Amino acid sequence: MSELKQELKEKIIEQLNLEDISVDEIANDDPLFGQGLGLDSIDALELIVMLDKDYGIKLADPKEGRKIFESINTMAAYITANRTT
Amino acid sequence: MKPIYINSIGSVSAQKTYNNREFLTDVVSYFDTEIRVIDPDYKQFIPPAAARRMAKGIKMSTVSSQIAMTEAGLENVDAIIVGTGLGCIGDSEKFVSAIIDNNEQFLTPTRFIQSSHNTVAGQIALGIGCKGHNFTFVHSSISFESALMDSKMMLENNEAENILVGGVDELVSHHIDTHKLIGHIKKEPVATKDLLQSGTKGMIMGEGASFFVLSNKKLPSCYAELVAISTYNTLSKESLIAKVKSFLEESKTLPETIDLVILGNNGDIEFDHYYDTLRNDLFKDTPQAYYKHLCGEFDTASGFAFWLANKILKTQTVPEAVQLNQKSKPTTGTVLLYNQYRGENHSLTLLRRC
Repeated sequence: MSELKQELKEKIIEQLNLEDISVDEIANDDPLFGQGLGLDSIDALELIVMLDKDYGIKLADPKEGRKIFESINTMAAYITANRTT
Repeated sequence: MKPIYINSIGSVSAQKTYNNREFLTDVVSYFDTEIRVIDPDYKQFIPPAAARRMAKGIKMSTVSSQIAMTEAGLENVDAIIVGTGLGCIGDSEKFVSAIIDNNEQFLTPTRFIQSSHNTVAGQIALGIGCKGHNFTFVHSSISFESALMDSKMMLENNEAENILVGGVDELVSHHIDTHKLIGHIKKEPVATKDLLQSGTKGMIMGEGASFFVLSNKKLPSCYAELVAISTYNTLSKESLIAKVKSFLEESKTLPETIDLVILGNNGDIEFDHYYDTLRNDLFKDTPQAYYKHLCGEFDTASGFAFWLANKILKTQTVPEAVQLNQKSKPTTGTVLLYNQYRGENHSLTLLRRC
């Protein structure tokens, strides 16, 4: 699980162009949206595509994303439970 | 016709042009087949959260437009008009590559949002909250001039008081590869100071963004007056002199009263003869300048020439690095710009000191 969390942090930084943020600066329970990393709705779409492309998870209801993308912890738990690749 | 004033300028180029207090005091030379801009500290101009989604062309344009807006002392304008040959070609390439690589699946929104030509004008408008006329002209090497013409007509018809107008193009890898493949970029690196003596086909490719505030009222920051502008999709070398004469005549200007002609020579032996026609005939006794050894060739390189002309008219200095002949005049009151690319899309622009 810790490897997956590290991988998610690296992917988020790379795919969302968070040039000024390093992996060490993202805590596993930091909120990704709002006060935390400050991600927005376009980033949410990027993350949904990332789940599909890299882990074979299709979100049927985008509203699910709100809970899944709360933090690195919640993302990693959801991916571990639902990944198909 | 009402006079049109160029009240401020801003430029990001392969030279240190982003500081309006300087004027080519420290010219940077290159030895390459393509040259990139000297990046300003983008963080000083763009919040990191906004910058992370911006393509290079948008960043360059945002900075140069902010410099121009600040110099004019304006927080908003009535219109934003941009000329670009290829828009945000970098993100267009990435988006198309993703379509191919992922078999038309997993397409993400960011690259798509930025893959259109009018992203630059849109992003500038979002940045300053401008809800006015927002237009992008895409017309090869007369893209910038097309934007200038639209601005001039709007100002003359009192459809706007202040317009932010600019030209931008970015240099990206696939675009370089395709231009190399078709032989439009020089095969061997050239020292930019020796560009016109290269004796080879093709250009040194470049990039950059130049923005200006044009107004129908003269502000204290004013650089020059835009007198006339004209573009020609096709023009034979034989008809060039007659066309220049008639262009000047329409503005009641005689060729011998031009104080400086700025030419778009790019060192391509196949097409620089257009410029030679003017250099060796109509303007043989006129001070001449060139600039593509400083910024490279790109669709909106003439925006850099426009920046150069404005600086010369305001400072009354023709930097040694741009002088093409040994002629000089005590003052520079009228400047003519001529540009073309590969024998097509010619433009003539006339500026006057104000």
